[in-house]
Amino acid sequence: MQQAKTSIETSVDEQPTGPSIKAYLAGHLRDYGMLAALVVIMLLFQVLTDGTLMRPVNLTNLFLQNSYIIIMAIGMLLVIVAGHIDLSVGSVVGFIGALAAVMMVNWHMSPWLVVPICLVCGLLIGAAQGYWVAYWKIPSFIVTLAGMLVFRGLTLALLEGQSVGPFPGGFQLLSTGFVPDLFSDERPNITAILLGVLAAGAIVLLAARSRARSLKFGINDEPFAFFVAKNGLVAAAIIYIAYLLSTYRGLPNVLITMAVLIAVYTFLTNRSTIGRRIYALGGNEKAAKLSGINTERLTFLTFANMGMLAALAGLIFAARLNTATPKAGFAFELDVIAAVFIGGASMSGGVGKVIGAVVGALIMGVMNNGMSILGIGIDWQQVIKGLVLLAAVIFDVYNKTKQR
Amino acid sequence: MHDTILEMRGITKTFPGVKALDNVSLKVRRGEIHALCGENGAGKSTLMKVLSGVYHHGSYDGEIRFEDRPMAFGGIVDSEREGIIIIHQELALVPLLSIAENIFLGNELAERGVVDWPATYSRTGELLKRVGLSEHPSTLIEKLGVGKQQLVEIAKALSKEVKLLILDEPTAALQENDSAKLLDLLLEFKAQGISSILISHKLNEVSRVADSITVIRDGTSVSTLDCHKQAISEADIIRDMVGRDMAHRYPKRTPAIGEALLEVSGWNVWHPESAERQVIHDIGLKVAAGEVVGIAGLMGSGRTELAMSLFGRSYGRNISGTVRLRGREVDLSTVKKAVDNGIAYVTEDRKELGLILDETILRNTTLANLGGVSEHGVIDDTQERRVAEEYREALNIRTPSVFQKVVNLSGGNQQKVVLSKWLYAQPEVLILDEPTRGIDVGAKFEIYSIINQLADQGKGVVMISSEMPELLGMCDRIYVMNEGSFAGELAGHEASQEKIMAMIVNA
Repeated sequence: MQQAKTSIETSVDEQPTGPSIKAYLAGHLRDYGMLAALVVIMLLFQVLTDGTLMRPVNLTNLFLQNSYIIIMAIGMLLVIVAGHIDLSVGSVVGFIGALAAVMMVNWHMSPWLVVPICLVCGLLIGAAQGYWVAYWKIPSFIVTLAGMLVFRGLTLALLEGQSVGPFPGGFQLLSTGFVPDLFSDERPNITAILLGVLAAGAIVLLAARSRARSLKFGINDEPFAFFVAKNGLVAAAIIYIAYLLSTYRGLPNVLITMAVLIAVYTFLTNRSTIGRRIYALGGNEKAAKLSGINTERLTFLTFANMGMLAALAGLIFAARLNTATPKAGFAFELDVIAAVFIGGASMSGGVGKVIGAVVGALIMGVMNNGMSILGIGIDWQQVIKGLVLLAAVIFDVYNKTKQR
Repeated sequence: MHDTILEMRGITKTFPGVKALDNVSLKVRRGEIHALCGENGAGKSTLMKVLSGVYHHGSYDGEIRFEDRPMAFGGIVDSEREGIIIIHQELALVPLLSIAENIFLGNELAERGVVDWPATYSRTGELLKRVGLSEHPSTLIEKLGVGKQQLVEIAKALSKEVKLLILDEPTAALQENDSAKLLDLLLEFKAQGISSILISHKLNEVSRVADSITVIRDGTSVSTLDCHKQAISEADIIRDMVGRDMAHRYPKRTPAIGEALLEVSGWNVWHPESAERQVIHDIGLKVAAGEVVGIAGLMGSGRTELAMSLFGRSYGRNISGTVRLRGREVDLSTVKKAVDNGIAYVTEDRKELGLILDETILRNTTLANLGGVSEHGVIDDTQERRVAEEYREALNIRTPSVFQKVVNLSGGNQQKVVLSKWLYAQPEVLILDEPTRGIDVGAKFEIYSIINQLADQGKGVVMISSEMPELLGMCDRIYVMNEGSFAGELAGHEASQEKIMAMIVNA
């Protein structure tokens, strides 16, 4: 009640009629459009697959299958916001997987040593490519196309054309491990539910705080009912998913890794000066440079970061397959880039959100999964995915022209 | 002879929530130069878009009669077919194509898709002669300066049997001598019976060539003045434009000049691409606290290059020379160092170099000094909002909210956002490059007032401008620049346009 009252008071000077849910939604179609699309797609496949999609075991698989795409989509978002592209990530996934396999299987090194070495290696790969893009102004498309070829070749060379595996058991936990239940060995897994509730609570708390802040400024245009409905739904969805997972084996380790990364990078892009500068760089590089921003170093860093996340994705992917294959990561870059654009990023840079990229990746993932369950062939899957990417971008452009 | 070629009656055009034009009328007589004046956002461009068919028939109310026939244009092609040709402020030429290719672009002299090059070149040659441009038709557009490009645009219009030529701010980017040439050309066309509509902020040009003037204010036509029936002064036009008397175009300031702030000596800069070309020759420049120093000079005289090379070496290479701030030698080799040392540079091209157009006013305001609104790299929203509101108020940026994207603002308000950004960086010395280019009279006055306030606060201001009256009205001291070096220096009270031009010519 208190909040509803303030919202009316503060909106008096700018919007005499007060915010209505309909008007608000029309203005924020771009923000919620893709989230709504994800929900619709999930419901669609839930019905089409007779409930298989949301079965705990399938849901667990869904997260395991898409974790590496989501992790790379976060890094790719930064690269694309900065006005560049990275085509090499798929090959880097393969290369790092191969490197890890050679070190662990052939040289018997400990996973505790291999993982950090691989992450640093990914960082260096990203940095090496970023160096040419940032300081030599070579178009990122070309540099990373070269990287794509080089690292695919190196993957083949490292593995000598063979698959290498299996990995030591400890390493597999990176991908296929689950958070153990602290309370009992029975199902459902209490820890999973508890973490789900905690995450949902944290999200609601943060949303309420940010709403209170914007109310204080009088810039809030979100109707109270909408705020409650939105956060209620999000919280309920998280708790429900956590519950579903708890009835199987609990929360996968990768889900935790992913959640932490999403939280960290959302904060980085929304609240930090570095994030702000990356958006400025992508929006207008010359103006950013003339405002005293070290645009070269920022570009360099976004690529280094991308390399590191690609390495992490490579490790997770290898752990999941329990073997490193020369084909690993093939064409991943396309899924990752598609996810970022489905999530609303702009090709010209300066626009895009971490959460958008994650939603984009989930849309792709759910479609992959759902169509596979339905037994749709890989041929038609590709066609449908391509059309969805096109439709998402058209939707974006249409919204933009309507706003003007 | 003086019959009406164009009559627009009762034109009303609404955009969602805004009435851009409200019952506007415009009457152009055959063979006259009709000036269209008004502040930015008054509706001049919208009116011209209605006329040229960019806003198609049916999307507005009112009537257009051209040569006594009612017109219903569905697009720009229809209006061009009737001989109404508009030349926009931003030129629409393809830089990597030749003059001839540009002139006949979309309208090629061809038979069954095969271009007749000899005919194209000879026709282009004739057209270029008519506009007085002595360049070969095969010259690439990118090799031409803005003034010559403008002439190519006009030649292109002539190639289409133009009856009514519309020029939107044709001289905004031109030097005085190029502008004069262009205006002479308009007068020549008039003698040939071509009518034209001239949209311009430069009132001295308007009063020089116009036969009649229509003033638009807030989307309505305020008055139409006939220059042959009555003597029109610039003050009359300004009064109609802003709706009030502007007794002084430049606000008064009593200079209180303090100690020397910025001293540049022996400044040399070479061209970034061709190493043997020296762009800036041995320049020495001084600015004191509370002083407004002007740099006058023609386009291409190296003013912007000088400013950018000083500001973090953003232009040129092999830069040599020393810079002192309050007597202490400083290193300005990167933009960050320059900003940290208290130098700010407001660029000439605010859209390309000054603003992130798709970002909000708030984010643009704090961009050069994010440290001021953050702690340990985390931005404090409350503090940032407070800063943005403070500058919005201080500079009178007209906007519903600081969360408005700057792309939606008028030129004058955009310029104020750029100024906000640099004022918040807390500089000692501000270098303003063409600070009032393309903005209307009212906003200009506000910018001048801000400059005066800065000087009163003891900051040093360097003002680069192509508009000499502005330099004469604002500056305590004026450097005259020519071909990369200072040709001379004049105290504000003794300077005049004639003296400045004489210095440039005799250099």
